[in-house]
Amino acid sequence: MSSPEAYAKPVPVPDPDSAPFWAGCREGRLLIQHCDDCSSHQFPPSNVCAQCGSGRLGWHQASGAGKVFSWIVVRHPVPKPVYAEDVPYVVALVELAEGVRMPSNIVGCAPEAVVADMPLKVTFRQVSDEVVLPLFEPA
Amino acid sequence: MATARRSAYALKDKYAIVGIGTTDYSANSGRTVRALAIEATANAIADAGLKPADVDGIVSYNFNDSAPAIAVATGLDIPNAGYAVDFLAGGNAANLIVLSAAAAIEAGLADVVVCYRAMNGRSGFRLGGGREFRALGPTQFTAPFGWITYPQAMAMWCRRYQVEYGLTPEQLGNVAVTLRENASLNPRAMQRKPMSMEDYLASRPIVDPFRMYDICLETDGACAVVVTSAERARDMQQKPVYIMGGAYGGGPQQGDDLFDCIRWPDHSKNYSHYIADDLWRSAGVTAGDVDVAEIYDCFTYSILMQLEGLGFCGLGEAGGFIADGHIRRDGKLPVNTHGGLLSEGYIHGFNHVIEAVEQLRGQSGPRQVPDAEIALTTAGAMTCGSAMILRR
Repeated sequence: MSSPEAYAKPVPVPDPDSAPFWAGCREGRLLIQHCDDCSSHQFPPSNVCAQCGSGRLGWHQASGAGKVFSWIVVRHPVPKPVYAEDVPYVVALVELAEGVRMPSNIVGCAPEAVVADMPLKVTFRQVSDEVVLPLFEPA
Repeated sequence: MATARRSAYALKDKYAIVGIGTTDYSANSGRTVRALAIEATANAIADAGLKPADVDGIVSYNFNDSAPAIAVATGLDIPNAGYAVDFLAGGNAANLIVLSAAAAIEAGLADVVVCYRAMNGRSGFRLGGGREFRALGPTQFTAPFGWITYPQAMAMWCRRYQVEYGLTPEQLGNVAVTLRENASLNPRAMQRKPMSMEDYLASRPIVDPFRMYDICLETDGACAVVVTSAERARDMQQKPVYIMGGAYGGGPQQGDDLFDCIRWPDHSKNYSHYIADDLWRSAGVTAGDVDVAEIYDCFTYSILMQLEGLGFCGLGEAGGFIADGHIRRDGKLPVNTHGGLLSEGYIHGFNHVIEAVEQLRGQSGPRQVPDAEIALTTAGAMTCGSAMILRR
């Protein structure tokens, strides 16, 4: 660790497929892909639609509403120095209202309060100068 | 379920495992992975009554944590390997490499193929520590949220199963306790100390719904098998173990790497659900014909999904199936008679193949399943994996 203030957690590295998603987060917008040919939504982003193979993909601003599909409560931090202050924390597979799933953290409630299908809404948290993460809290 | 292939693995009974070899399993080998790989492969070749010069194929799988096939061939002084392949893969490939060895022989690329997995899984590269601590490619959508390690990955599947079907801590604990009992009879096992349900329940919470004893060991070690044609096998020094059938695969949307399950349709089912038809059809047997099953157990929960996926019990019924004692050594489906990845050691699932061969040869000592004729081995726990049916 270079300094106590340094952000020690993994910082997403945008790539040509994902750059619009992370740029959207910086603007407080949750963007998912939309297929112009078969109308399905897609996450994580790709160069092609996983449903129909089309390359005609655009970006759609999701409502930010979702629900808990599955979740874990991390109690043992790995790596320990990085997550020692955070445990217990919740990682969830969030099912967005648009139908796609997105891994994230559930914040704003006790880990024990999380249940399946619990309604959630997105909230954005700036974690570094460059990066804003989409997190979820009880709706 | 996926449409069954036009022709499942078509090499029924044409190839056999004729030699097995291992190193010690430890927490700190003090040796290079290359040295471990050479020892295990040399032991397997010797067990078959062969010399390295008789071997002309070599295949392994790794996560960039092993000695590559050409290095082991060089160390063994295999003069002319016509098939030398490293699969960049996890436990999902632990049976696939054996199937591919037979396929390579069928294709004329080699006649005698040694298959191995070697790792310093505790003292060197620890898979339990998670993937690379960088968030790029597939990990950019997981690691930034502290979703990094394999226990954290599989716990997400287990929780979804719990939501769909219900699952108690004791139902997972039954797996850990049963496998530890088996390990207590296995001199190779790293963990032989008896474990009670109380011990299990008192073990440290790691990532809900998993405790420490739901999670496999980390091991330094290697193991290897030798594959050749059934015709050659008949004249060799060990009783051949025939590859009756096998399958590799998974469902749709297997993801961008072995961790990624974001698009997987139903997390209460894993790869085994999708390969079951091909597996049983390839061997011409059914679940009821299996005498002993060595099932990939990176976690206690992994066994539940595979018991259901391969049809040993119905969906949602594995917890009860196990609670009824069916997977014990004296049950109708003895599972992981060596103690598995949970208690024998974690050679990435390849140690399951060793145990199956020993059981079918009748060489398992006090943990021997009487008259074991047909064994199942499986490999993998998430969106893709492989399995074999072996017979004596």
